[in-house]
Amino acid sequence: MEANNPASLAPALRASGLSLRLGTQLVLEDLALEVPRGSFCAVLGPNGGGKSSLLKLILGLHQQDSGSLEVFGEPAPARHVRIGYVPQAKTLDRSFPAQALELVVSGLSRSWPWRISPSQRQAAMQALQQAGALELSERQISVLSGGELQRVYLARALARQPELILLDEPAAGIDAAGEHDMYHVLESWQHASGATVLMVTHDWGAAFHHASLALVLSRRLLASGPPQQVLSDETLRLAFGHHGHSHSMSWHAPHSHPPHNPAPRPPEAPHA
Amino acid sequence: MPELLDALSLPFFQRALLAGSMLGAALSYFGVFIVQRGMAFMGDGLAHAAFGGVALGLLLGWEPLYIALPFTLLAALGISWLRERSRLGNDTTIGIIFALAVALGIVFLSQKSGYSVDAMTYLFGSILAVSRTDIWASAAVLLLALLSLPLWGRLAYASFDRESAQADGLPLRLHDGLLLALLALSIVVAVKIIGVILLSAFLVIPAASARLLAGRFSAMSLSAVLLGAACCIAGLLLSYLLDLPSGAAIILTQVAVFALCLILQGRNTSTLARPG
Repeated sequence: MEANNPASLAPALRASGLSLRLGTQLVLEDLALEVPRGSFCAVLGPNGGGKSSLLKLILGLHQQDSGSLEVFGEPAPARHVRIGYVPQAKTLDRSFPAQALELVVSGLSRSWPWRISPSQRQAAMQALQQAGALELSERQISVLSGGELQRVYLARALARQPELILLDEPAAGIDAAGEHDMYHVLESWQHASGATVLMVTHDWGAAFHHASLALVLSRRLLASGPPQQVLSDETLRLAFGHHGHSHSMSWHAPHSHPPHNPAPRPPEAPHA
Repeated sequence: MPELLDALSLPFFQRALLAGSMLGAALSYFGVFIVQRGMAFMGDGLAHAAFGGVALGLLLGWEPLYIALPFTLLAALGISWLRERSRLGNDTTIGIIFALAVALGIVFLSQKSGYSVDAMTYLFGSILAVSRTDIWASAAVLLLALLSLPLWGRLAYASFDRESAQADGLPLRLHDGLLLALLALSIVVAVKIIGVILLSAFLVIPAASARLLAGRFSAMSLSAVLLGAACCIAGLLLSYLLDLPSGAAIILTQVAVFALCLILQGRNTSTLARPG
């Protein structure tokens, strides 16, 4: 609703002075950022740099120590904003006895379905179709491949007709074809709906090719802007060099990003 | 058959069947969440904590049930408190509280002369000495399980994807606390009948058997409840016919059913179409 209201001009996401401490560790420090509505935003940076913590703050899974975080103008957790969340596939319990359709319906009803009503079925099937997973509806989640499960999770998020969709490492653990399908679904859905996408990723190549906005976080915001400008050697060195993360030692920055396409895919920043 | 009819006409056997099947159904219902949340050790820990409470009741000469209930709830709270304060794992904190409660139980019993018979009853259970109070207590446990049914969907959602449930604003702490309190209550009531040592089987085996065959969580919940009650009835009859201790006969029946489900599951998955 709010996304279609021209009077409401608040950005999809606005943080200022945002700090988060988990235990003894300062995860985010005096973070200021803004994500305009309708962006496809990639959040990049080293492990422990606060990428996933930012998602959790938006979702209300963490509470900031200071500063403010607004989602469509509403302080997080913004219960009035329709948010779709696609968690990391590896964190999910595949042993849970469930059909893909039930999983999608659980996202609609915020409760596990004992039985599925015709209207729920219709909405869930439509979301599965949008996510290219219609043929998976009756399958057990335990037999789905990583890419298939990711599309079912995407369907669960899309079923809410979200104004904002949050993805945590959506490509982790899926093959190249699955990854390609997922970005295709995401981009065409975003094109049609005009919603905002916020994706935490290690994959600088994916950010380079799919995102309209890149944020590089390492406790603070190191850089933000169009990926073609932001994802430079200098940013990479800042992000992975100055905290002395061990994986930065084995990583080689691309010699240069060609300013024009066809761009060779920048190498992935290594996982820790 | 005549032997079975004989058994069914005996009042003590009828009481055992009634209390056993109600507790079997209720414990198996809570068991589906225990199994799916990986909390089997919590059930075991609370049963041992209940033993400490029972021993205190015996020492004081009060009805053990009334002492064991607050004692077990306190142990459940102690586990949560210790876990949050020490940042140790769930299994570690359960292990500590579990040992503390059993040690206290042994100390309490050692202060009372002639304790061994009572203690053996609570360790191994005595389904054949079910009193009227036990039947009412079992019925109350079943009623509470039924009253908690409206929470089934929320508990299941949080069992599957806790992060999303929390992000959706579900009161997870309240729900977890309720589940734990209901679990503690059922365990306390069941300890006298089933025994501390075998109690966790009632939480785990019917739910695990149901999990092997069910493709949906709703089907798993329903079949666990039916299996829990049915295994109790079959086990008691078996115990009468073969002159076996009743608690052990029920557990052996549950394990036989589990093995059957395992075989059936093997057949099912070999004929299921796997995705490419």
